[in-house]
Amino acid sequence: MNVTFTDEELAFRDEVRTFFRDEMPEGIVEKRRLGVPLEPKDFIRFQKALYRKGWAGYNWPVEYGGTGWTTVQKHIFGVEMAEANAPGIITFGLGMVGPVIYTFGNDEQKQRFLPDILESNVWWCQGYSEPGSGSDLASLKMRAELAGDHYVVNGTKTWTTLGQFADWIFCLARTSTDVARRQEGISFLLIDMQTPGITVTPIITIEGDHEVNEIHFEDVKVPAENLIGEEGKGWTYGKVLLQHERTGTARVANTNYRLTNLRQQASRSVRGAEPLANDRNFMRKLAAVEVELKALEFTELRTLAAVASGKAPGPESSILKLKGTELQQAVDELYVEAAGYYALPYVPSQYTLDFPEDDRVGEGSETQSSLTYFNFRKASIYGGSNEIQKNIIAKHVLGL
Amino acid sequence: MDLSFTEVQTMLIDSVEKFITNEYSFERRQQYAASDTGYSADVWATFADLGWTAVPFSEDDGGFDGGPVELVVMMQQFGRGLIVEPYLANIVLAGGVLRRAASASQKTKLLQPLISGELQAALAVTEPQSRYDLANIETTATKDGDDWIISGRKGVVLNGGNAGLLIIPARTSGSTTDRDGITLFAVGGIADGVSRNAYPTVDGHQAAEIVLQDVRVEPNAILGEIDKAYEVLDAVVDEATLAVCAEAVGIMQTLTDKTVEYSKSREQFGVPIGSFQALQHRMVDMLTACEQSYSLLLWASMANADQTEDAKRAISAAKYQVGTAGKKVGQEAVQIHGGMGVSWDVDVAHYFKRLTTIGQMFGNADWHLDKLAE
Repeated sequence: MNVTFTDEELAFRDEVRTFFRDEMPEGIVEKRRLGVPLEPKDFIRFQKALYRKGWAGYNWPVEYGGTGWTTVQKHIFGVEMAEANAPGIITFGLGMVGPVIYTFGNDEQKQRFLPDILESNVWWCQGYSEPGSGSDLASLKMRAELAGDHYVVNGTKTWTTLGQFADWIFCLARTSTDVARRQEGISFLLIDMQTPGITVTPIITIEGDHEVNEIHFEDVKVPAENLIGEEGKGWTYGKVLLQHERTGTARVANTNYRLTNLRQQASRSVRGAEPLANDRNFMRKLAAVEVELKALEFTELRTLAAVASGKAPGPESSILKLKGTELQQAVDELYVEAAGYYALPYVPSQYTLDFPEDDRVGEGSETQSSLTYFNFRKASIYGGSNEIQKNIIAKHVLGL
Repeated sequence: MDLSFTEVQTMLIDSVEKFITNEYSFERRQQYAASDTGYSADVWATFADLGWTAVPFSEDDGGFDGGPVELVVMMQQFGRGLIVEPYLANIVLAGGVLRRAASASQKTKLLQPLISGELQAALAVTEPQSRYDLANIETTATKDGDDWIISGRKGVVLNGGNAGLLIIPARTSGSTTDRDGITLFAVGGIADGVSRNAYPTVDGHQAAEIVLQDVRVEPNAILGEIDKAYEVLDAVVDEATLAVCAEAVGIMQTLTDKTVEYSKSREQFGVPIGSFQALQHRMVDMLTACEQSYSLLLWASMANADQTEDAKRAISAAKYQVGTAGKKVGQEAVQIHGGMGVSWDVDVAHYFKRLTTIGQMFGNADWHLDKLAE
């Protein structure tokens, strides 16, 4: 019994580590260090750098231009990416629609869409949620009616993350209402965002940022060739997509990176104050989160070891998202506590590259702690709220 | 990366599982717990026959050469079976001291009968005032010619009433909480000057208050180095902590399984109570607590098998976790079982009690969290 890597895996880790240290596109490391939000072009530059290295399809099979990495390699890649404080990959193309297209799409669709996804030439967004649908995804109402060689699409999608930059959207739409179960009659459609009849309206979230959107579709004509797989089977494809990644969903490496930083930060004096490490209450809370996170790290490794040895992961894999988001949010809270009064200033405009660091309110990116905290309340809400996750575990794992 | 068990580990798990299924029903366990000694001598002899009492000892000592992982997988099964036989006191605590500190002749005299099951032993690791500080020792041993004279009190000594061999840490120099100046003595359970008040504990095990009044021992009663016993005690208690964490995880898993099963059969208002969302979510929380605890148990056993830098931290993390998660799982199991959960005749109640006492031993959750916060 061990959680050590083989020599080959260690060599791979070194290669990944070296890449993130030496080959990050200019300016991105600096922005991350200064807490300056990344722009779409930064993400694209980062993903194109991965593409040049042959790593954009980190999760894809070799035949579609992917890496064909083992589960352990993917894990190492994810951990190193977090440890390097790299931007992370925008998941909608590479992580979501790409795998759906190579799994369920036809040859023409594969040739048409996959290369641009791999090369990050096209920005994708996800059209699942609708106003009022919440965690009850199957309640979706968007209509797609076949009229000759195209569908006519009407309806609204919402909470569309970074949809304001998107070239394409993948949607779940209802192609039939004459069905026994609500999950039937739903189809998976790819829609060009330039098509007439689409309007994008910003939604400003709690921390004041424009990250998500509402997208309206009014008599939007979508070529029938943009249907993925069979009409009416979209729910199945969408579900596969949601379960595509069994590991990595817990963001353990990322939370770990932030927690380690917080512990280091706590040992230093800020503005001449006594270091937070002398505050017993704070350190006990921090230690308690560390314990839970360590446990989750091993829970993830257990899943990984099972998959790596060709077994189905056990019940432990089901708690990853649930516990992962709880801990992510617990760390967000600790950052707010650490900032004290400096959790109050709302000064997002100072986080730009040309804003003199010395003129900032607060030290480092202290004043962003509360914004991060507010923003990531979403973590236990999106992708099926944590209460929904518990329903799923109760049903499928406990058999209730 | 390989988290599968070795063949030997799998055999060990299977043999304990089989024994519990075939020979260790809850009803029998209750009979053993209610007996004078609080365990079954026959069962203990079976443990020795099956080789379980030899697991942590080296091959030279007549053992199995098992490490932390072997100990953990076995203790986890003991937890599942709610075993009341004093494995922890004999093999992990007293055996742990003998393994580390006894000379060859002491091993022949003391360790061999311990492994063969003929000798019952206890390590008097706590005193009435010491709480979780292993260095807090008021009992003294002073030299008288070649002999040593031991006087003091030991509190809640696990298996203390049954033990033919008492291992007594005593202060041979320094003051009450110094780590230096502690020496270990092998004392006969019925030696002159030893008086014992043995009693059952709430979890069905047994312990004793022990008073030592001018107990005279010869120099060969000393186990290990004079004044230098702290490190031995610390290592033994770390291992015991890991062992009870494993036992606790076995108990938590059993309680969760039993609770889920019960909720499927118990009907209220015409439907199984397991169909209520309020209860489903709580059972998912129980499952989560079990999985997270098991994960830390794996980390702690591997870190201690490899003696990595964070081995001690891993034990504190695991003990903190089973302290907090164990309390939650135990209380929820009782709550969801309703009146059954608070009935003496229902096993769930007794699993809960053992989980509770484990929480109190070798540092409670708060105590270990303090270590981790340092």
